[in-house]
Amino acid sequence: MTSPTAHRPTTANSPPAPVVRDPNYNFGYLDESTKRMLRRALLKAVAIPGYQVPFGGREMPLPYGWGTGGIQVTASILGPDDVLKVIDQGSDDTTNAVNIRRFFARVAGVATTTRTREATIIQSRHRIPESPLREGQIMVFQVPIPEPLRWLEPSEAETRTMHALAEYGGMHVKLYEDIAQHGRIATTYDYPVIVNGRYMMRPSPIPKFDNPKLDMSPALMLFGAGREKRVYAVPPYTRVESLDFDDHPFAVEQWDAACALCGARDSYLDEIILDDRGTRQHVCSDTEYCTERQLAAQGGKP
Amino acid sequence: MYVAVKGGEQAILNSYRLLDEYRRGDPTLPELSVAQIASQMPLAVARVMAEGALYDPQLAALAVKQAAGDLIEAAFLLRAYRTTLPRFGATLPIDTSAMHLQRRISATFKDVPGGQVLGPTYDYTQRLLDFSLLAEGREPASPPSSGQGLDPHMPRITDLLRDEALLEDDASAAGDPEPVDLTREPLELPAARSARLQNLARADEGFLLSMGYSTQRGYGNTHPFVAEIRYGTVEVEMHIEELGFAVTVGCLEVTECQMVNQFAGRPGQAPCFTRGYGLVFGYGERKAMSMALVDRAMRVGELGEPADAPANDQEFVLYHSDNVEASGFVQHLKLPHYVDFQSNLDLLRRLRAGTCPLKAGVVPPANASGDGHAVASADDSAASPTKEVLAS
Amino acid sequence: MTAARPLLSARTLTRTWDGVHGCRDVSFDLYPGEVLCIVGESGSGKSTLLQALSWQTPPESGSVWYDTREHGFVDLAILDDAQRRLLARTDWGYVYQHARDGLRMHVSAGANVAERLMAVGGRHYGQLRSSASHWLQRMEIDPIRLDDAPSSFSGGMQQRLQIARNLVTHPRLVFMDEPTASLDVSVQARLLDLLRGLVSDLGLAAIVVTHDLAVARLLAHRTLVMRAGQVVEAGLTDQILDDPQHAYTQLLVSSILQH
Repeated sequence: MTSPTAHRPTTANSPPAPVVRDPNYNFGYLDESTKRMLRRALLKAVAIPGYQVPFGGREMPLPYGWGTGGIQVTASILGPDDVLKVIDQGSDDTTNAVNIRRFFARVAGVATTTRTREATIIQSRHRIPESPLREGQIMVFQVPIPEPLRWLEPSEAETRTMHALAEYGGMHVKLYEDIAQHGRIATTYDYPVIVNGRYMMRPSPIPKFDNPKLDMSPALMLFGAGREKRVYAVPPYTRVESLDFDDHPFAVEQWDAACALCGARDSYLDEIILDDRGTRQHVCSDTEYCTERQLAAQGGKP
Repeated sequence: MYVAVKGGEQAILNSYRLLDEYRRGDPTLPELSVAQIASQMPLAVARVMAEGALYDPQLAALAVKQAAGDLIEAAFLLRAYRTTLPRFGATLPIDTSAMHLQRRISATFKDVPGGQVLGPTYDYTQRLLDFSLLAEGREPASPPSSGQGLDPHMPRITDLLRDEALLEDDASAAGDPEPVDLTREPLELPAARSARLQNLARADEGFLLSMGYSTQRGYGNTHPFVAEIRYGTVEVEMHIEELGFAVTVGCLEVTECQMVNQFAGRPGQAPCFTRGYGLVFGYGERKAMSMALVDRAMRVGELGEPADAPANDQEFVLYHSDNVEASGFVQHLKLPHYVDFQSNLDLLRRLRAGTCPLKAGVVPPANASGDGHAVASADDSAASPTKEVLAS
Repeated sequence: MTAARPLLSARTLTRTWDGVHGCRDVSFDLYPGEVLCIVGESGSGKSTLLQALSWQTPPESGSVWYDTREHGFVDLAILDDAQRRLLARTDWGYVYQHARDGLRMHVSAGANVAERLMAVGGRHYGQLRSSASHWLQRMEIDPIRLDDAPSSFSGGMQQRLQIARNLVTHPRLVFMDEPTASLDVSVQARLLDLLRGLVSDLGLAAIVVTHDLAVARLLAHRTLVMRAGQVVEAGLTDQILDDPQHAYTQLLVSSILQH
């Protein structure tokens, strides 16, 4: 993606130099007509909540599987006044999140932030931030496989027909089977949902812990799958229901432990292995949420 | 005390520097020039242009250099670059019957008008490592004297067969519809032939080779013959509105392979040969031939033939043929997946805490997403730190 | 048995894959609760006919009419794909010769049976499970096998499970393609008995394709005899088997008696 010689060498301890906007690229890398095409697809997606809209995806300078769908969605909705936050596994500092943020800094020069409250667009891989979202914010999810029925039916032609006819019985077979074998539903992430009472959707590999955040959210949720060339959307204040049975209702994880850094009991916790005796600790997956709580506890202003 | 890891950005920058060093190799050796790569590794450059879907030998050579010889990575570089290029318009279709030929062979007739022209080919070399190439400075062999030159009259074999009505007609469909452009629109199934051919032209050579090979080994046999292979240069013309006629805007090297296959005929249609077609940028015979085999294999539906082999399955072939897509998705598994792994770990611990054996014949559970992240065996038998609560 | 109008009618139904082989010019009426057998040797076109009747492939010419619950007695050609698919999943059943073609082999018997119920909105696990258990018992499968996958069942049990899976939505018409042909002779008789009882208890209509005249004798009220794609004789099963008129039927019947 970037030539190493475009960056001044840094020592191990000084922070990296900020990325400079590269005027050789159109704002957001994609040309305007491609962005328009994408926005038209997104409008269609918003008009039919949960429905996968095909779009003419382009190759991006990051590989397929690294978030090209999310990047194309963000590129097509990004404006010069936007404030962009990018997270992966809940953290702003994972290599993939850093990479994407640097990409947009280079091709858009847009302001970036780690603070969820300040962001207008939040591109995320595998988590929804703990801080509640508000009206006017847009979540962009990176999606590897958009099709919830893909495990059941490899053929795209057939799954499109199943969606058209709302033939979702096969997915319930999977859930039934889990209960028969294990007494509970065994799906823990990328948990299938029904959007607006009609289309079955994959919320991307977020843990099921995050599914309730999709339901009736004030924010707009956009989903981009670059390799499969599909976008879909959940408009603000839309019902999103996780699949379950009447007598086996949907349940989320809860930890006995609290976050070792900030004491939170209501956030998704990552397990850290501390030594070779297997000592474990739990810390918030959402690093910004955790940092904010720590600062607040110390009485300091962020 | 656990301290959250920072420094992702610095790690990335360091990796750039290490990569630069790796690519340069031994600094006491002269650096490879892009011109050398373009000139002395034309087959690598051809493959990168074909799979990068962009005809520019110099850029392709640059990509090969930047990718340190990884041709799939180089194709990716060209594809990403292609995204930034504006499109002026469409050319007229190239006319391979007017090709300035370097090579032209046919397996279907002993002799053909214009003759068999072997050209520069590895076909008849003996695959013995030539250690004299270890030293530099060997003078290349002088090319054979051209004598009379090539016969100007080199009709395409397939045109001859078609004129005798032995080969299916290749006229455009009624109304001469625009070909599908997969770089602008997503693939729709069932795919039009133009979309399939475009997909195959950009496809990974190894994948097509294996798929084509499978058709020869009984997975959907179509009894192919090479009617003709042509390699050479064609002119590229564009119709200019303001001028009212077409002008030549450049030329391309291409390799074309036309295969003919037998066809039993159908009610109302006399038996005739059917076509499998392959066309690639640059000199790429193996790819062009594989493409022709797979093209024909995917036509079984429209020809009323049985369609039960992998190469007959349009979805299977077209969705897995692109190595830039495949490489990205396979390699994305290196990215952090610990949040999802965490939730699987917890479930497994809970299941093991209340262990019940799997019932007879049942496949062990996977995530509903079916992405292969099945619940794995773990050594840890500690009670799970999590429980589940109803979502409020 | 003779109701006011047929449940299904075929009119000059033709479906071939090369203009010659398949079924040609087939016409008949099937009434509610009636079992019709289509008998013939391999290559007679009987399986093609079954596929055409169940609209798995559209006919080349001719028509198939069905008395739908919502649209009345209609030519299936006027329904759209969605309507036909819904019909196939609720009011029809299709039993394949090989149970693995009609079952999910690595999912439990219970899930196999409950699937159609879930597809039409069943959302109570406990009730789905007890419905599935009830059907297993009805098909003489020990309900203790409810959570076992059919890959661990015997051939006869798999076939009975496939049938149960088709019957949970109380279809009025079941298509069966050689339902006993893949089973041991000792097991066939038991399955046929079970089918006969079910058909009568549930008032099912059925179209059963078979090469085995004994199946026709046991199950079918009426029989069509096919040869080289065409129906050569049709009528009450007993009459056809006891007093065949057409030379080919006579040959069929006599060759059976010789065994």
